[in-house]
Amino acid sequence: MSKYTEDDLREELKTKEYEYGFFTDIESETFPIGLNEDIVRAISKKKNEPEWMTEWRLEAFKVWKAMEEPDWANVNYTKPDFQAIAYYSAPVAVDPNKTLDDVDPDLLAMYKKLGISVDEQKKMNNVAMDIVVDSVSVATTFKKTLAEKGIIFMPISEAIQEHPELVKKYIGTIVPTKDNFYAALNSAVFSDGSFCYIPKGVKCPMELSTYFRINQGGTGQFERTLLIADEGSYVSYLEGCTAPSRDENQLHAAVVELIALDDAEIKYSTVQNWYPGNAEGLGGVYNFVTKRGLCEKNAKISWTQVETGSAVTWKYPSCILKGDNSVGEFYSIAVTNNYQQADTGTKMIHLGKNTKSTIISKGISAGKSQNSYRGLVQVSARADNARNFSQCDSLLMGNECGAHTFPYIEAKNKTAMIEHEATTSKIGEDQIFYCNQRGIDTEKAIALIVNGFSKDVLNKLPMEFAVEAQKLLEISLEGSVG
Amino acid sequence: MLQIKDLHASVEDKTILRGINLEVKAGEVHAIMGPNGSGKSTLASVIAGKEEYEVDKGEILLNEEDLEELAAEERAHKGIFLSFQYPVEIPGVSVTNFIKTAINATRKAKGLADMPAKDMLKMIREKSEMLEIDRKFLSRSLNVGFSGGEKKRNEIFQMAMLEPKLAILDETDSGLDIDALRIVANGVNKLKSKDNAVVVITHYQRLLDYIVPDFVHVLLDGRIVKSGGPELAHELEEKGYDWIKEEVDA
Ligand SMILES: Nc1ncnc2c1ncn2[C@@H]1O[C@H](COP(=O)(O)OP(=O)(O)O)[C@@H](O)[C@H]1O
Ligand SMILES: [Mg+2]
Repeated sequence: MSKYTEDDLREELKTKEYEYGFFTDIESETFPIGLNEDIVRAISKKKNEPEWMTEWRLEAFKVWKAMEEPDWANVNYTKPDFQAIAYYSAPVAVDPNKTLDDVDPDLLAMYKKLGISVDEQKKMNNVAMDIVVDSVSVATTFKKTLAEKGIIFMPISEAIQEHPELVKKYIGTIVPTKDNFYAALNSAVFSDGSFCYIPKGVKCPMELSTYFRINQGGTGQFERTLLIADEGSYVSYLEGCTAPSRDENQLHAAVVELIALDDAEIKYSTVQNWYPGNAEGLGGVYNFVTKRGLCEKNAKISWTQVETGSAVTWKYPSCILKGDNSVGEFYSIAVTNNYQQADTGTKMIHLGKNTKSTIISKGISAGKSQNSYRGLVQVSARADNARNFSQCDSLLMGNECGAHTFPYIEAKNKTAMIEHEATTSKIGEDQIFYCNQRGIDTEKAIALIVNGFSKDVLNKLPMEFAVEAQKLLEISLEGSVG
Repeated sequence: MLQIKDLHASVEDKTILRGINLEVKAGEVHAIMGPNGSGKSTLASVIAGKEEYEVDKGEILLNEEDLEELAAEERAHKGIFLSFQYPVEIPGVSVTNFIKTAINATRKAKGLADMPAKDMLKMIREKSEMLEIDRKFLSRSLNVGFSGGEKKRNEIFQMAMLEPKLAILDETDSGLDIDALRIVANGVNKLKSKDNAVVVITHYQRLLDYIVPDFVHVLLDGRIVKSGGPELAHELEEKGYDWIKEEVDA
């Protein structure tokens, strides 16, 4: 068989462009598979982007082409074929001004099945939803209340149109295009995501919430989130992901950038429940995420994550503590079952004086899964009196799974105080029997023990998320002990 | 209520119980005494349905029903309660949350809805007062950092909350000072009725001064070698177990 070259592909794409009518509105809008400059241009054009954005994407694409996929993480998987992925897909007939009521009933049914009905969400107190289905936002609520405070919360594609000065000023400043392979890829092809700006001194009156989902087979998801908390402002942002079952591997490479200006505070909470593959390790999402936040003076960023999904997870929400007295926090629960692999943790980069960071990581491994914590605490020479406290606890279920801890410390300032604690425990038969004896069945007993183990992190989640997260922990570990 | 017939049980291919016969009727209190390693805790675990223990022969009936096929939680739902000799720790799960989960699991098994929070709180208040348990204690992680006495008192608190038909107290007296012993024993006595039964496993006569047994059994090498009334406990306290061993060997 002769080799299918880059040129052959380009030729084919050219003809397909006409065949599928790239730039006209069509029913199911999925681009032909594969990635090249033309596809990048097409994505940008599709979204009606200004030229600077197109150029920015093309630059990122160039960078990406020259990069190698990283392999230092403690995960094993078949590398995705980046030319076998469709880089853009939108649900049929999308109108960005739609309200929840206008959402496709089939989609609503899907949410219901996932236990997160949009109906309920709508009724939920104080939660504004910006729902991303596949790659395009289809519904936004509570926009008015937010607008009154001057808060901008919209799909990033809209922000590029309506607030280009803000997007241009901040995009790629925290996660540069050349930061890493997946970040570069995301920068070239990001489809949509959320944009949020909290003006000076404003406390966002509600939890901002975004639900990301994949629903079209073979479609990569490349969300881009940009969140700016201006001086003295506060925002709590929730991001939840669920994906319906399917067999093929799906690539997910999101980028999240947070900017907390002087005295601002950002809480960013994630519940990640992408399809983990079946019990035999078939299918599941590859989740390669770059999340990073920058703290200016006296600013604070807290990352809280509950990771239960995905076949392979590669994710290190980080804080650059640039401003003096700034604070970074990372609270994480990562659950792996069956053949799931997770390599996750954080980087706390102490640049300013009197900066403080806290890391609490709870890893739960079951089945034949592998769960790694990888964290870096870095203290620069001028970061006097930097403090870090890290605690990494692992809970094992059964004898076939693995838990690993890779804490890296680089301190260039003698006044740094860095503490690291780690524990590994196993759910014991005695614990299970004790619960059984009190009438609690084994599945419920495991849920109870796991919830107890995770409590310090669950407590950091906003209430409504904590309940969902607890349910997820239970669901993820179902059938993990015979 | 409980009938044990010629029960043989082993763990890891090691035979521990070698033909136990015991009948406990509703309203009765039985004490099982015996030296360390004689199989008292094993008997308790086998009745409660711990999986690692293999029943090699014989049967256990609860209200005429053979328990063989029932999992530990199903036995609990039927009213068997075991106060553990060594209660386990569950970090991050409060005493309150644990007992709430236990009660609602049992209710669910009986087809009942969760106990309303109001009723649950009332019950927790009553039972903790009865056992002189400090409110703050209830929010602590289950058995984590508890003193020996606190652990045992917590077991009896759970018993009081679950209101079992058959309670087996495995060395609940060890680790208790005399005041705590009195409180715990009073608690057990208040819970006693003509419809339930208590099996007290102990080394010492001392607990039996407070919880007065109708029958005392001596367990030796996996067999009940002697049974009698409360006076047998006093005799054991005075003379130890050697004379019984000699009796058996003779
Ligand atoms: N899980 C187990 N594995 C191995 N041996 C056990 C186990 N449980 C109990 N045994 C053994 O069985 C015997 C009886 O123990 P146990 O029932 O705890 O006695 P008692 O409660 O009367 O002190 C002891 O020799 C003990 O070592
Ligand atoms: Mg014992």
